[in-house]
Amino acid sequence: MMRPTIPALAIAGLLAGALTLGTAQAYTLEEFTFEDPARTDEFRDLIGQLRCLVCQNESLAGSQASVAQDLRKEVYRMMQDGQSTDEVVDFLVERYGDFVLYEPPIKPSTYVLWFGPFLFLGFGAFLLLRTLQRKKEEPEQDLSEAEQERLRRLLAKTGNQQD
Amino acid sequence: MNKSATRALIPLGIFIALAALLFYGLGLNPREIPSPLIGKPAPDFALASLKDPGRTLTRKDLLGKVSLVNVWASWCPSCRQEHAELMRIARANADIQVIGFNWKDTRPEALQMLQRFGDPYAEILYDPDNEVGIDWGVYGAPETFVVDGEGIIRHKRIGPIDQQVWESEILPVIERYSAKKS
Repeated sequence: MMRPTIPALAIAGLLAGALTLGTAQAYTLEEFTFEDPARTDEFRDLIGQLRCLVCQNESLAGSQASVAQDLRKEVYRMMQDGQSTDEVVDFLVERYGDFVLYEPPIKPSTYVLWFGPFLFLGFGAFLLLRTLQRKKEEPEQDLSEAEQERLRRLLAKTGNQQD
Repeated sequence: MNKSATRALIPLGIFIALAALLFYGLGLNPREIPSPLIGKPAPDFALASLKDPGRTLTRKDLLGKVSLVNVWASWCPSCRQEHAELMRIARANADIQVIGFNWKDTRPEALQMLQRFGDPYAEILYDPDNEVGIDWGVYGAPETFVVDGEGIIRHKRIGPIDQQVWESEILPVIERYSAKKS
């Protein structure tokens, strides 16, 4: 294998520099620890269930957005003050709406969302059963005397030809 | 039309209805998250004034007439984009007050932007650390709240304001709540 030349090294260095410049700030969860390890777990679970409003496909735990960091700090502060996760969730929902929750709550406006699929499934099952039932009730009609006679004739004819 | 032909049209009907629903969904903006604060009193706050650091601004400063509370920052390109429109709105509408909500910014940079592009704001709240922003459910800039004379939030615009947004979305709300008072 060839040894990397000086220009190649320089380019690699420049690229690495450009990449680190691009991410001006990175946030980690290291700073958020509680004396009680169970509380730390609770905190991490909670921010994993909350949605970052800026990058909507990221949780509050995973987002590098600065607003997400602000909200992590706020959640941390509230939990440090001894508030329960439910209280924190209520606080955020009051300000940002149900959208901060990855799992929407069950209430009249979300009934369609939660129960709609089962409704469709039930409807499909009903149609399927009804169709099957019908098939059973009305077996295909037997051929009439005249048709039987015609069938026999036709079969006899083709049989002759094949011989 | 006979019965079985009508029945054959049912799946087509369901398909068209679904397609219409999904097509409508395509036109929605997922960035616009409805605020739960509409119709509720604006959250209380005590923030320093951007222009006069010694002064504290509170919710009381919003009362009396309809306020346009505009969340902005010097680092936000869309805020610069809507700046000229805000200047025009502030000049043309003496009956409302345009209040700035400087968010996650630094004082020198914010003041520099106003110096360069003009200052449409009657007052500016200075919230560098997103203390009050969280209470107001702010998650980006620009955002603009319409707060009526009694301090109730009546509308929230997410994203920049241009003339079309002003005329079709914001002005009707302002007119409704200014008319109620007089």
